[in-house]
Order: sequence, then C-alpha cells, then structure tokens
Amino acid sequence: MKLSVFRLSYWNRRGSSFRSSPSLDHSFDGKSPSSVFWLVIHGLCCLISLILGFRFSHLVLFFLFSTSVTNLYTTPFLSAGSGGVSQLLRLKPLETATNSTARKNSRVVVGRHGIRIRPWPHPNPIEVLRAHQLLVRVQKEQKSMYGVRSPKTVIVVTPTYVRTFQALHLTGVMHSLMLVPYDLVWIVVEAGGITNETASFIAKSGLKTIHLGFDQKMPNTWEDRHKLETKMRLHALRIVREKKLDGILMFADDSNMHSMELFDEIQTVKWFGALSIGILAHSGNADELSSVLKNEEGKRKEKPSMPIQGPSCNSSEKLVGWHIFNTQPYAKKTAVYIDEKAAVMPIKMEWSGFVLNSRLLWKESVDEKPAWINYLSLLDDNEEIDSPLSLVKDPSMLEPLGSCGRRVLLWWLRVEARADSKFPPGWIIKSPLEITVPSKRTPWPDSSSELPAAIKEAKSDTKPRGSNSKSSKGKLEQKAFNGVKVSTTS
Amino acid sequence: MKLSSWVLIFLLCNLTFLSTISAFRLSRSQPTERISGSAGDVLEDNPVGRLKVFVYELPSKYNKKILHKDPRCLNHMFAAEIYMQRFLLSSPVRTLNPEEADWFYVPVYTTCDLTPNGLPLPFKSPRMMRSAIQLIASNWPYWNRTEGADHFFVVPHDFGACFHYQEEKAIGRGILPLLQRATLVQTFGQRNHVCLKEGSITVPPYAPPQKMQSHLIPEKTPRSIFVYFRGLFYDVGNDPEGGYYARGARAAVWENFKDNPLFDISTEHPTTYYEDMQRAIFCLCPLGWAPWSPRLVEAVIFGCIPVIIADDIVLPFADAIPWEDIGVFVDEKDVPYLDTILTSIPPEVILRKQRLLANPSMKQAMLFPQPAQPGDAFHQVLNGLARKLPHERSVYLRPGEKLLNWTAGPVADLKPW
Repeated sequence: MKLSVFRLSYWNRRGSSFRSSPSLDHSFDGKSPSSVFWLVIHGLCCLISLILGFRFSHLVLFFLFSTSVTNLYTTPFLSAGSGGVSQLLRLKPLETATNSTARKNSRVVVGRHGIRIRPWPHPNPIEVLRAHQLLVRVQKEQKSMYGVRSPKTVIVVTPTYVRTFQALHLTGVMHSLMLVPYDLVWIVVEAGGITNETASFIAKSGLKTIHLGFDQKMPNTWEDRHKLETKMRLHALRIVREKKLDGILMFADDSNMHSMELFDEIQTVKWFGALSIGILAHSGNADELSSVLKNEEGKRKEKPSMPIQGPSCNSSEKLVGWHIFNTQPYAKKTAVYIDEKAAVMPIKMEWSGFVLNSRLLWKESVDEKPAWINYLSLLDDNEEIDSPLSLVKDPSMLEPLGSCGRRVLLWWLRVEARADSKFPPGWIIKSPLEITVPSKRTPWPDSSSELPAAIKEAKSDTKPRGSNSKSSKGKLEQKAFNGVKVSTTS
Repeated sequence: MKLSSWVLIFLLCNLTFLSTISAFRLSRSQPTERISGSAGDVLEDNPVGRLKVFVYELPSKYNKKILHKDPRCLNHMFAAEIYMQRFLLSSPVRTLNPEEADWFYVPVYTTCDLTPNGLPLPFKSPRMMRSAIQLIASNWPYWNRTEGADHFFVVPHDFGACFHYQEEKAIGRGILPLLQRATLVQTFGQRNHVCLKEGSITVPPYAPPQKMQSHLIPEKTPRSIFVYFRGLFYDVGNDPEGGYYARGARAAVWENFKDNPLFDISTEHPTTYYEDMQRAIFCLCPLGWAPWSPRLVEAVIFGCIPVIIADDIVLPFADAIPWEDIGVFVDEKDVPYLDTILTSIPPEVILRKQRLLANPSMKQAMLFPQPAQPGDAFHQVLNGLARKLPHERSVYLRPGEKLLNWTAGPVADLKPW
C-alpha cells in the first residue's frame, strides 16, 4: 500500500515533467490515511530541504520506516561485492517486475539499480597500449583497402650545396622522406661536387640515395642560383633516363616543406601533374613586409592575393590557367644576393610544383607515351629550360592535383645565412671555441659557485664582446649568455 | 583419332574449369563477407511472388488525418509505420483481392499523437487500435476467420503493443488483448519480456537515409577514435537520483570512463556527430528508457562496430542478421570492465566485423529509403512474413469459435475512440 502510493507519486513526477498528459492513466486511490500521511511526510521533507540547502529525499524516511521488507527487497548488486564493485549512491531497495509469476523469470529486473563503479576507475596503461595497437592495425587495413592500390616508387630530385643552412633544410626534407610509406629513391645533386659533408648527412636517412656531383659552384645571386638549380635538376633527369628508373618523379627543393598527403596525392599522377605551392616570401624584416602589404592594400581596394602558385580550374574541374605569385608589391625590395635581408621571390613556375611519370624520360618509345610531351634531348647541355612547362606541348593536358589545386600540399621558402658565415664542418665542434665563458653555476656541487660582484652588474642583455663570428646573422637572433665575464678576474 | 580428340576436349574443359576456380579465388580479395543468419543467407531474398498482402482501406481518420495534423511524424524515429503503408500501397506484393491474400495489413498510426516536444503519447493508442479492429471485424470477414492471426500491425513505439513509455506500466498492461494472435512488427525486443510476443518481427527504428548519406566522409579517412558515444548518461529531469535510467548502465559508463583517453564520450550535440562516428572503431549503443535506439542503425551505416549494452535485447531481423558476429555484446554487469573487454578483442575479429559491416546489403537492411530499394528494411519485413508462411491449421478457427476476449484490459481502453 505504502509502496504503491510512493511509486505513484514518483511516477507522477516522471509523468508530469516531460509529457503534459491531460488525462492521467493511473488509477488513483481515494484520500486514505496513508496517502495523507505520505503527503505530510513529503511536506516535512521539503521543509527540511529548505533549511539544509540540499535536497533531502524522503526515500530515506521510507527506508527507515519500512520494517516489513517484503519480497520486493532483492539485492543482486549487493552480492557483487565479490567483484569488488562499490556503489556510488546509497543503497536503494529494488522493486521487481510485478508480472513475474506468469512468465519465465527473466534475469533483467525492472527498477532502480546501483551504478557499478570499479575500485580504480582510471585507464590501465597496458590496455591503452593494446588499444593503440588495434588502432594501428585497423588503419593499416584501411590504407590497404581504400588507399592506393599499387603504389609506385617515388623518385625525389633535390639540388643542394654545402652552406650554413644546409643542415637545417636537408634535415627537414630527409625526415619528410623517411616518413613516406612508399618505396623511395632520393637523387641529391650537389653543386661544387660531391662532399663528405653532404654524403654523411644523407647516409643517416637510411633511404636509397643517388648522390650526384655537379661541377659548378653555387653563385651568389638568386637569379643565377635558380638557373644553376635548373641545370642540376636536368642532370638528375638525365640520370633517371640512363638508369631507367621507374616511378613518379617529384622535385623536392631542400628548403621546401612537404606534407605527408602530398606523397599520397602524387601517386594518382598518370603522366604529368601540377600542384599548388604555398609561397612564403619572407624577408628578415617583418615591419618592412607589413608596410609593403599596407601600401599594396592602400593603392587598390582589392583583397590581398593568395600566396599560391599552382593550377587553377573552372567549375567543371578542368585546368584553365595558373595562379602566379604576385611579385608586384615587392618590386623595389626583392633580394638579389642570397644573404640580403629582403624578400626572396620565387620564379614564375617553381619546379617543385610539377610531378611527372619517369617513363616520360625514357628514350625508347613507350607505347602509352602521350603525344603532348616534348621529347627533350636532355643530353644537350645548352638547352635553356626555365620551367617544366616547356616539356609539355599542350599545357592543358596537365593533371591538376590536390582537388584541382585547392589543397596546398607543400610550401616554398627560401632562407639562407650570410655569405661569410662560418659553421663547424659536420656541425661537430672539434677545435675549442675562441671565447670560453663560465656558466653561472658549475655543474660540480663541491666547488664554490659564486661569481665576483663585478659580473653581476653586467646583465644578460649586453652582447658579449667579440663573439659574433661564430653565429650567422641574417635570420638568427643573438642568444646572450648569463654570467658574462666582462672584465678579467684574477 | 576420335579418342585423342575427345581427350583434347576433356583437357580443355578441365583447363577452363580450373582457371575459373583460380580466378574466383583471386577475386575474393573483396573487403566484405556474405552475411547469413540463423535463417540462412536471406538478406537479399526477393519477397515478390512469395506472399500477397492485402491492405485494408481504413477511413482517413486512422492514418492520413493524423499525419496531416502533425507532419513531424514523418521524421521521428517512429516513422516506420507511415512509410510501411506507403510502401505497401505501391508494392507488387499488394493484392486487391483479399481472398488470395496471405497476410492482411491494418494501417493505423498509433504513434503520431505528439507532445510539443515531439514525443509520442500512447494514451489513446489502445483505444485507436481497438476501434480500428472493430471496424475491420465488422466490415470484412477476414478478422473473424482467424481472429487476427494472419494480420500484421506496425507498432514502433517504445514498448511495442504495450502502449506505454514507462516499462513498469507497460508490463502491467501487457500486449493489447486484441492483438494476441496477430503478428507485430515492432522496434522493441527483449527476451522473456511481456511486450515481445512469440513470432514478432523486430525492425530497426526509422533513421532518415538522406541525412545520413549526406554526411559520409571518404572511406580512407583513418579511424582514430577507439570508442565513441554521444548522449545522456543521467536523465536528470526524470530520474534525478540515477539508477533508474538505463538500469544504471549509462551512468556506470560515465563514472568509469570519463577520464579514459580511449573513450570519446560526452553529452554534447556536435554538428559532426555522423562524421565522428565514421572515424571511430567502436560505437556504444547502451539502453536508455527502452533497450533499442537509432544508434544501432547509425553505427551500422557508418561502419562503426556497435557495442550493445542491453541485457537480453533482441536486435532487428535477428534471424536474418547474425548480430553476434557483427557487434560486441556486453552485459550490464560487465560495464566497469568495458575497456578490458574491448581492448582484448583480437585484431582479426575486429577486422572481420568491419568487413561484415561494410557489406552493402547489411546497410540496406537497416534503412527505410523512399522510394523502396531491394534489400531494405521493408523487404526484410516482407521476407520475415514470407518465412512464416504457410499458415498452420490452428490459424483458421472453426466457425463460431472465439479465442479473443474483447472486454479484457483496463476499463479506460474500452471507451470508443
């Protein structure tokens, strides 16, 4: 009786809070003493809640007052103490299905259940590791099912030469190439001949490399450098033709940055593809750049153009033209010499934006070679090619990659150090440096680690005297040392 | 001479035979597997020609007028009853001659009386159903011939033909007495439960096919989420203390795994819900107030392995689809150990489940597309009905025999509608 009235009030609460049913489908007993009693209890509990400030459930009273615990008190979750499971909430009595006699007893019980929480509800690192292994396995399967069916070898052509920033640039390219999941051949063409420095660097990659030397030194102006790089790339193409390497050929300049999707995308090339490059024309002087752009915006009320170089398509996804980087705003202030502090401009069509099937270069007539490719006599050194487009008779047959050039998959950046900057060969310091400065605290705890008072005046902002020959200016900032020995101490 | 030519022909035949065998084996690198449940490989069966259905012409107050009053009924998860009628009216299995019909369909929309929030109220449904049955019993002789044993009804509500949203009340009412002999097509399914009768056909809840198709992402997007779930853990409005909603299972999931990096679970409503499901390996499908939910349909469509946490649940088309091979079943008492369970599944098993889910006939069987396509849920229902044919002798009553009690049930149900 009590139970049914209690349940009734509870269901009323549930029924009325989200469904406004005008006709309650419950059978309501008339006003009997026990229902009045429960209303009184309910009012009492409301008052107590008001005083206490939190909700005081009258279930507690019911629990306290119900001495006759009938067949409704079943506790399947209490017996789960064997599993070491604890309850979050106070134990509440369970109410079983009323109809259980007529049917087979199902093990599912209707009513309030405890919320099972295990004793240490936190992630287990071994399981997390296993889950990650499962993820790797699933992704590998996905790749093999939906990725490229028969991946071709990627042939990468990189012109380089020994200079301060070579380690920086080559490390980036090398790591990108080491992550490529396909077979790879890396052709490194070095200006000034093969050097041990570059060779040892490339050997660290573990990739299949072909190291070629080119017998001219890299000149000091950007324009000449572009020309020499073109010649070096053609030299590499000659080698590809000689060795009859089969695969997809791409040009990875050593200072560019490539995304991993690039290598997936170039697998779709049939003959000759074109990519969108993001051009990061950066000068060492940020203010100058912003003033340039402001002037630009002041003159014409147009949106600033995108720094992209690549194919552009019309709405039916056919190649119609090319985006070229707008060099106008930088007209007066471009860098001529390699280490100038001005913006470096790309050439009109960067080689790195083009990808070709290496079979195009083979001498023998390959059957499917399309008619719109210029047969190039690469053996001829004097051939002046300024962009890969001259290899193609009909530029409209090029395949635009990266959803028709809308996805930028690599970035072009040219950053070099001062021409007279020196760096330790192989970046290993063999001879002692010219200036030795003690650090503020010696690493040995026994000796006294106090500095003379004179030094404490010279704070870290002052540049150390005579210590500017070992670092390259240009784009680097001076890193100051602490505890500079300004005056010699006895 | 003749012998040698015969030998030659024999050898040639063998050769072609062997080459086709090897070609067949080579082509088995498909990523999907055939699905066959306990009833066999029946997902792609064509019901046309195997049964005939007669659709009663009820006055429009039972169907069209209700829909007209509230067109939201076309989009909520109980819309299967409406689309089923539309499908049957134009399907080749429909017959206009009731004498040759194997099954009779009564199109009454019992789940279309919606609150302002969109939730259906079942309070008038028993009376509506009773009035419809009285109508067909008095105007056609076919109901009395079998007392409804060759009739089928679509009752997609929370607890099927018990017509209530609260489980205890639904159990208290039981299935409507007049439907005791009819076949019920419902979304609710739980073993040994009052509201699931023997011989019912469980169907998936309605999920809008176009909406889901429009959110598909490329299949090579790597699945990087281990377990995904979005929804309520505590129903604060109706069950403030917890423990009633979902029998405490959802709350247990939250309390045990809220800080686990493998479990991407929350109560938010992201706009990328469908896309996220396609980037997950496991999708939790725990029970709520009722054991079924549209999450199962969404998980199947998006290739995410469903983790079903609902004791004794009966899943849609359980005889045609081997759910044990496709989903992961976790008892409610094992929820605190869900991470151990899921991470200890061998990778081959996971890959096989994903292959089964990738089978297009599996995805088709969960949908109610308009217009109907072969292999979709409508056809699975018809296949299920066809598998129950031919009717047994006991279906047909002797003249004058009465098995149903027309006055059983709560008094309020006997009032006319």
